Amino acid sequence: MPSLKDLKNRISSVKSTRKITKAMQMVAAAKLRRAQEAAEMARPYTEKFNAVLGSLAASVGKTGNAPLLLRGTGSDQTHLLVVMTAERGLCGGFNTSIVRLARLKINELLAQGKTVKILTVGKKGREQLRRDFGQYLVGHVDLSDVKRIGYDNARDIATDVLARFKEGEFDVCTIFFSQFKSVIAQEPTALQVIPAKLEGGEAPSTVYEYEPSEEGILADLLPRGVATQIFAALLENGASEQGARMSAMDNATRNAGEMIDKLTIVYNRSRQAAITKELIEIISGAEAL
Amino acid sequence: MPDKMQFDLVSPERSLVSGLATAVQIPGAEGDLTAMPGHAPLITTLRPGILKVSGDDGPAEFAVTGGFAEINSDATTVLAERAYPRSAENRAAIEEHLEEARKLATEVPDEHRDAHSKLMDDLAKLLDDMV
Repeated sequence: MPSLKDLKNRISSVKSTRKITKAMQMVAAAKLRRAQEAAEMARPYTEKFNAVLGSLAASVGKTGNAPLLLRGTGSDQTHLLVVMTAERGLCGGFNTSIVRLARLKINELLAQGKTVKILTVGKKGREQLRRDFGQYLVGHVDLSDVKRIGYDNARDIATDVLARFKEGEFDVCTIFFSQFKSVIAQEPTALQVIPAKLEGGEAPSTVYEYEPSEEGILADLLPRGVATQIFAALLENGASEQGARMSAMDNATRNAGEMIDKLTIVYNRSRQAAITKELIEIISGAEAL
Repeated sequence: MPDKMQFDLVSPERSLVSGLATAVQIPGAEGDLTAMPGHAPLITTLRPGILKVSGDDGPAEFAVTGGFAEINSDATTVLAERAYPRSAENRAAIEEHLEEARKLATEVPDEHRDAHSKLMDDLAKLLDDMV
C-alpha cells in the first residue's frame, strides 16, 4: 500500500505528463494544418506534370530509344529502396508501419536472390533498419535541420538517386512513404519511381507540337518527374507524421486523464481510511477508560 | 474567338497565378514565344528567363528557372521548377542559382557542357533583367 505522499507525487507527475502531451498534440495540430496546406498547394503541379509526362511517355515509350529512366535497364537484379520516415518519434506507429512495409519488401527481394540497397530519409527509419539490414544501407539523408520541406530537399534526394542510377548502381528504385488519408488513417505506400510507372498513358486527345523534339522534352522531364514524386511523397509523409502524432498524443492525454482519476480515487480512499482509523483509535481509547 | 484564355503558373510548392489572360510571353528553350488565345497546341521546355503575363489584374512579370509550358487554344499552363515575382528582393534567389550552377560547372561531363554553359548564360541574363 503506497503512502499518501507517494500517491500525491504520482498524481502530480501524471498531471505534468498530461500537460506535455496536450501541448504536443496542439503543436502537432497546428503543424498538421500547415503540412496539409503545403501538400494541397503542390497537388496542381504534380497532377499536371504527371498528365503531360504520361501522354508523352505513351507516344514515345513504345520506341526502342526511349530513355533508360522510362524503360528501365532491362534487368531487375538490384533494387534501391528509399525509405522515408520522420526525424522524431512519439508519433504512434507512423515510423514503424513504414519500416514494416519496407522490411517485408526487403525480405521478399532477398528471398528472390536480388541485391538490395537502402537509402534512408529521416533518422527513425535508419535506426530501425540498421539493426537487421545494416549491411545494405548505402546512404542517409538528414532532414532534421529542415523546418519546412521545400522542393530543393526533394531535388537533392533525386539528384543523389539519379547519380547512382547513372553509375549503374541499381536497376529499380522504389520509395516508401506514408500516404495521408485522414488524421487517424495513414497508409504506408510503396511507389516505384525508376523505371517510371506512369498511369493513364493514353495518347493525348490533341496533337501537340513539341519544342524541342518529343524525345528531348521527355529526357528533360523524366529526371524532374523523379524529383516531383519524391517531393509529393515528402509532403504526404510530413502531413501523415503530424496526423499520427496528433492522434497518438490525443490518446496519451486521454489515458493520462483516466490515470489521474483512478489515482485520485485511490488517494481519497486511503486518506479516508487513515482518518477512520485514527477516529477508531481515539474512540476505543476513550472507552477503555 | 474569345479574347481571353485560362492561364496557370504553378511551381512545385505553390500556384502563383490562376486566372484569365490575354497574352503570355514565355521564355521557351528555343526562343521566346507569346501564347494568345487560339494558339496551336504546343509543349515546350523553358529556359531561365522572364515570363510576362497580360492578365485581368494588369500585367505581371515573373522570373522562372526552367520547367515546361503546355499551350492549348483556350488555356496555357506553365510548370516552372522555380518561379518568383520579378522584383529586386528576389534577385538574391536567382543569384544563388547562378552561384550553384557555377560551382557545378567543373563537374559537368563533356557532353552536357554546352547545355550547362547556356544555362549559366541564361541565368546571368535573367539576373540582369531582374532589377
